[in-house]
Amino acid sequence: MKKFSFIIVSMLVLALFFTGCSFSGKTGSTQSGKNEGKKVLKTNNSSEPGTLHPGLAEGTHDSWVINHIFEGLTTRSPEGKTVPGMAESWESKDGITWIFHLKDNVKWSNGEPVTADDFEYAWKYVLNPKSSSYYAFQLYYLKGAKEYNSAKDNLKALEDAVGVKALDDKTLKVELTSPVPYFLELTSFYTYYPVNKKLAESNPDWYKSADHFVSNGPFQLKEWKHKEIIKLAKNNYYYEKENIHLDEVELAIITDSNTAWQMYQSGEFNLLPEKSLPPDIIGKLLTEKNPEFHTGPYLSTYYLDVNTDVKPFNNPKIRQALSMAMDRKAIVTNIAQGGQPPAYSFIPPGIPDVSGDFQGNTGNLIKEDLAEAKRLLKEGLAEEGMSKVPSFNYLYNTDEKHKAIGEALQEMWRKNLGIEMTLENVEQQVKLDRQKTGDYVISRAGWVGDYVDPMTFLDLFITGASYNDPNWSNKEYDTLIQFAQTATDKKERMNALHKAEKILVDEAPIIPIYFYTKPLVYKESITGVFTLINDEPSFKYADIK
Amino acid sequence: MLKYIFKRFLWSILTLWAVITVTFMIMHFIPGDPFAREGTMPEAVYKNLNEHYHLDQPLFIQYTRYLTSLIQFDFGPSLKSNTMTVNDFIKQGFPVSLHLGTQAILLAVVLGMILGVVAAYNRNKWQDYLSMILAIVGISVPSFIMATFLINFFAVKWGIFPVATWKSWAHTVLPTIALSMMPMAFIARLMRSSMLEVLSQDYMITAKAKGLKGKFILIHYAIKNAILPVVTVLGILTANLITGSFIIESIFGIPGIGELFVKGIFNRDYPVILGSTVFYSMILIFLIFIIDIAYTWLDPRIKVIGENN
Repeated sequence: MKKFSFIIVSMLVLALFFTGCSFSGKTGSTQSGKNEGKKVLKTNNSSEPGTLHPGLAEGTHDSWVINHIFEGLTTRSPEGKTVPGMAESWESKDGITWIFHLKDNVKWSNGEPVTADDFEYAWKYVLNPKSSSYYAFQLYYLKGAKEYNSAKDNLKALEDAVGVKALDDKTLKVELTSPVPYFLELTSFYTYYPVNKKLAESNPDWYKSADHFVSNGPFQLKEWKHKEIIKLAKNNYYYEKENIHLDEVELAIITDSNTAWQMYQSGEFNLLPEKSLPPDIIGKLLTEKNPEFHTGPYLSTYYLDVNTDVKPFNNPKIRQALSMAMDRKAIVTNIAQGGQPPAYSFIPPGIPDVSGDFQGNTGNLIKEDLAEAKRLLKEGLAEEGMSKVPSFNYLYNTDEKHKAIGEALQEMWRKNLGIEMTLENVEQQVKLDRQKTGDYVISRAGWVGDYVDPMTFLDLFITGASYNDPNWSNKEYDTLIQFAQTATDKKERMNALHKAEKILVDEAPIIPIYFYTKPLVYKESITGVFTLINDEPSFKYADIK
Repeated sequence: MLKYIFKRFLWSILTLWAVITVTFMIMHFIPGDPFAREGTMPEAVYKNLNEHYHLDQPLFIQYTRYLTSLIQFDFGPSLKSNTMTVNDFIKQGFPVSLHLGTQAILLAVVLGMILGVVAAYNRNKWQDYLSMILAIVGISVPSFIMATFLINFFAVKWGIFPVATWKSWAHTVLPTIALSMMPMAFIARLMRSSMLEVLSQDYMITAKAKGLKGKFILIHYAIKNAILPVVTVLGILTANLITGSFIIESIFGIPGIGELFVKGIFNRDYPVILGSTVFYSMILIFLIFIIDIAYTWLDPRIKVIGENN
């Protein structure tokens, strides 16, 4: 008995020893957005950022924070216009050589001035092959950039040849390989952000903790408790500080969207982005027209890849038949449920055309028509010398929504065309691998535009491009895209892009399903939040009443 | 005894090596690539990433490289984080998982044993049925349902405890309960059947015949002898609980190490997969060793191998 009670007692002592020692920092939390007179925005980042170094960032779990603590040469206004950021003005005669003049009063969060040197240093750091930056290719538009990034040796000489140079403290010269119509907008993307050169050279690990972190955006990093919370504070050295109303921003790291939603309801969060919202809640808030629910267009399309190397899908008529024999509206209203518009073309709404909206001007390129679909299927099969479409697999990455959409397509195609298809789910990494190697027939896919221009969608499908998983090739299409890549006349360029989109959708190596939307909830006391169509919500100008 | 410990230590090293080798091979043979090229990533960027993490080298070189750094207790970098290494992940996450797991195992052992003893002592009476119904619920209700249920009532509806995060002791209550249900039920059932066996032994009748009181017999003879099977499973249960639960930790937003292994596999983050497997194995081997020692102490009939007398 003594031994027995000894075990129990020692376990209790052990437990008491552990209790209280695993909590980091201060305890206790305040419930409302305003505490001690401070305006604090509380939200959820969903997953731990892999890095907060702008040149190494890979996805929205990194960039949502980075976009609020750094700023590039240009930035984007709530209306989506590219406006001066760190740069006050710029000039370029030929669209190849650009001169940027930095503002006089731009400073780092430690009070040091932001210089052209900081940009040159940051961009070259990204391109250095040793940095192994994931998004380095965002800078490939620069002269010598690709060569430097692909190099094995002779690095110093190649680095000096890269087309970015600080002429003096406030002047930056950039040289591109060819005129890029959307280059100005690219300079607002996070891979183009500056890094404090003095700091980075003296402390290469500066970005790994909040202790030494220095940035130049509206907010600065105050605290980073890994896998728990990231705290930002207003940057008092920011040039536009009078328009920044929030004192602090807290981004928690809660993976489970149901938990996040419950914390929002209990007042522990006052803003939640889409990733933190359970899909059924989005549908519910949308239908009941909840005043805290907001949604807008998102520069992203949900589509299918059709492997054009597999018989009979090499025949465009078969692919067209598949595209025509589905009910996109039913998929959107019954499964996606976020108010997404069904996609009858590929490029999502929100991209400005010469006049009006690009997608609006395109209109509907796909007509859902059962009789026509059946006719095309029959013709296509006859051309391929086949009597019916052999049963095949539909590949998707494991996810409830993708599964439900797969099931809907399976049913629609079986009923409408008599095509048998089985569903196959794999992990995302495996799906990407299999699509790259052509080991699939039809697969679910999606794309978010990198910048606001049709090119970010259309250049995916030029012959041999790395995301051209259907392995589709069309000479006319390639010529149109090549033309648009360097065309300086806006009207001719947009014309070519419209033509290219029509070819792509008509030939149907990809089958668009719907355009994504970007839902968001925040308490009614919050104002000034805006969401750009290819970005996470911005709380730069947010205020709490 | 020392000889025994030394022998066990050598075996542990061998076991670990086998675990590492098998994990390493399986990990590299499953399809999927840590830097699978989504979108427009050019070849050069892909090459730079692979070179940076030495994934371009032959597997055997990668393998020996890993073993060499492991000897220095270096689990390597994470392929998906430029900020934290696998060591950082374990260093920051393990105290949290250990804290939660210890509370959960204590609750499970204490409650489970009480339920088991009460059930066995009152065999086929209502106490027995009630305890066993509780045990069946504990085993059959998945932890994520239990967790959601607890959050919904105790946090959202009644506001007694916070919904999630890891800030104070109050934050640990709900996850501890959710985590302990399964092992509690398991221990209760095990304790019950082992108690029933002990209660039917001859020495129990002897004790009764000697006129000893029921409670005295129960505590001094029955529980002490019935506890051995529970001690046996305790090693594995404890290792399981203190290395964190993916489901419980993600539902309650707890920054432990429960997600390491699962996310590691999902991202094909090789060093994280290996690191978490090795760490888990080390803990399991250590605990089983402790349990083996505890046996000899609890039951003098059991002798460790190597002690010949």
